[in-house]
Amino acid sequence: MPGGKLQSLQSVFEGFETFLYTPESTSQSGVHIHDSLDSKRVMILVVLALMPCFFFGMYNTGYQNLLAGGATEFPFWSIMAYGFLAILPTVVVTYVVGLGIEFVIAQLRHEEIQEGFLVTGILIPLICPIETPLWMIAVATAFSVIFVKEVFGGTGYNIFNVALVTRAFLFFAYPAQMSGDHVFVATSKIFGLGAQAPDGFSGATPLGQIATQTAGELHLTDLAGNAISTWQAFVGLIPGSFGETSTLCVCIGAAILLFTGIANWRIIVSVALGGLLMGWIANLCATPTYPASYLSPVSQLCYGGFAFAAVFMATDPVTAARTGTGKYIYGALVGIMAVLIRVYNNGYPEGAMLAVLLGNALAPLIDYCVVQANVNRRMRRLKAKVE
Amino acid sequence: MAEKISNKSVMLNPFSKNNPVIVQILGICSVLAVTAKLEPAIVMGISVIAVLAFSNVIISLLRNTIPTNIRIIVQLVVVAGLVVIVDQLLKAYTYDVSKQLSVFIGLIITNCILMGRLEAFAMANKPWPSFLDGVGNGIGYAIILIIVGFFRELLGSGTLLGYQVIPQWCYDHGYVNNGLMILPPMALIVVGCIIWVHRSRNKDLQEN
Repeated sequence: MPGGKLQSLQSVFEGFETFLYTPESTSQSGVHIHDSLDSKRVMILVVLALMPCFFFGMYNTGYQNLLAGGATEFPFWSIMAYGFLAILPTVVVTYVVGLGIEFVIAQLRHEEIQEGFLVTGILIPLICPIETPLWMIAVATAFSVIFVKEVFGGTGYNIFNVALVTRAFLFFAYPAQMSGDHVFVATSKIFGLGAQAPDGFSGATPLGQIATQTAGELHLTDLAGNAISTWQAFVGLIPGSFGETSTLCVCIGAAILLFTGIANWRIIVSVALGGLLMGWIANLCATPTYPASYLSPVSQLCYGGFAFAAVFMATDPVTAARTGTGKYIYGALVGIMAVLIRVYNNGYPEGAMLAVLLGNALAPLIDYCVVQANVNRRMRRLKAKVE
Repeated sequence: MAEKISNKSVMLNPFSKNNPVIVQILGICSVLAVTAKLEPAIVMGISVIAVLAFSNVIISLLRNTIPTNIRIIVQLVVVAGLVVIVDQLLKAYTYDVSKQLSVFIGLIITNCILMGRLEAFAMANKPWPSFLDGVGNGIGYAIILIIVGFFRELLGSGTLLGYQVIPQWCYDHGYVNNGLMILPPMALIVVGCIIWVHRSRNKDLQEN
């Protein structure tokens, strides 16, 4: 109601009113045609596509915890309950901090609340290690929402992927806490559920093991000391950040996104091909100096956050390239860089995050070149006709 | 100069309204490079004030005898001479800090603020206003350096001028220094925040 005493809270009210259902009020004059697939529906669909990864992450968290504690039985429901309790605080903190900032800024600017944080808020827990301290998540979320999104004008104007910047901020600001072998596996009991890992326990991710390996043949092990196969990495029962371990679930998510037409297949395919190509080249000239080059191209795609980044990060329509040709170039660049960084820079065990951020930075340039090339081509054609 | 500007405003304007770093966006490079700790930031600030003030005076004294087409070379020679003096003084009296500042004292020569002030002010004004202009711009630069250095050292190392500021109690409860603050990108973001605050307080500086 305009002019009422709660007018100042209008943006909050409208944000909630249109959150899950369409309001009854319609415009009274003129013709307004509106696609039913507005940004809220898009966001909800992406969140739905992320759900397989999320549930698998819950299961994997509980499973790895029991494995670390040396358990031999793995009861499904208690594992799920453990995973739920382990991730819940992170999700709550992310949403409270991120949405809080969005609400405040929308109020200050007298704008409608934009729903961009809906997806970001679920992505951040998925790409962070399970044991990340909550205050770090809060600081990183606040940083990236303010400096990556709101400073540039809010949802749809950001240059970089907000969730990935959160992860990059954590990685560079707190390197000791965000890598190594202590953060990727939950090691303590929660409300009596789960198991307590022994002291001196080491739970490095496969890529972390590769990065710290000094020389010789690859020998990747899971928490119980058994070797990890590529199939296991594909299914995802390996230590890693919460939601990115399972390439299988990422594929389910990709199917949902492609079926509903939200993600662009050009980007996904070219990222995968770029990764395969670079993985193949690296594997051809495999050396003990860079142990990750022993991984086969296919397992390069299955380990770490590569698949997750290809499907959910690189396809972010705001930060990706927009032209058709540009999407191929952008995707290939991301795929090649991800494997390149992973294999040839031992300081960064995983390159997908940095590769997508680099792709984001170059996307406008790629688009510019593609558009200019098209303009030049048509100018030449015009000249040829005139002559 | 067409209009007469009082000596006071020559000196005070660069502090805020015409700050060389956050309004003219000059000298950013050294702001990013030397502000990881507060101490080198302060020393760097003082060095720039000294070099700027004296080179302004010297150029102002010579301004009527410098041929126009070689004026940049003359300016460079004057600045270079002063920078070498400052560099030697720092090496003699504060060796550790001069180690930290390494090449950046030498690079004061290429600092845009210096050439900017020499070209824009000292070449056209008398020695005393030139001196004030040099001191004012130097202080404007030093203020920003010190603010950035303060936040970067506080959040990045938990210390100020080398003394522990954040109590051990916080570290025991899980607080960790922010490693990103030590890296240059964060200096850029801190400068951005200063500009943000500054522009929102001085509405007339906002661009459309």
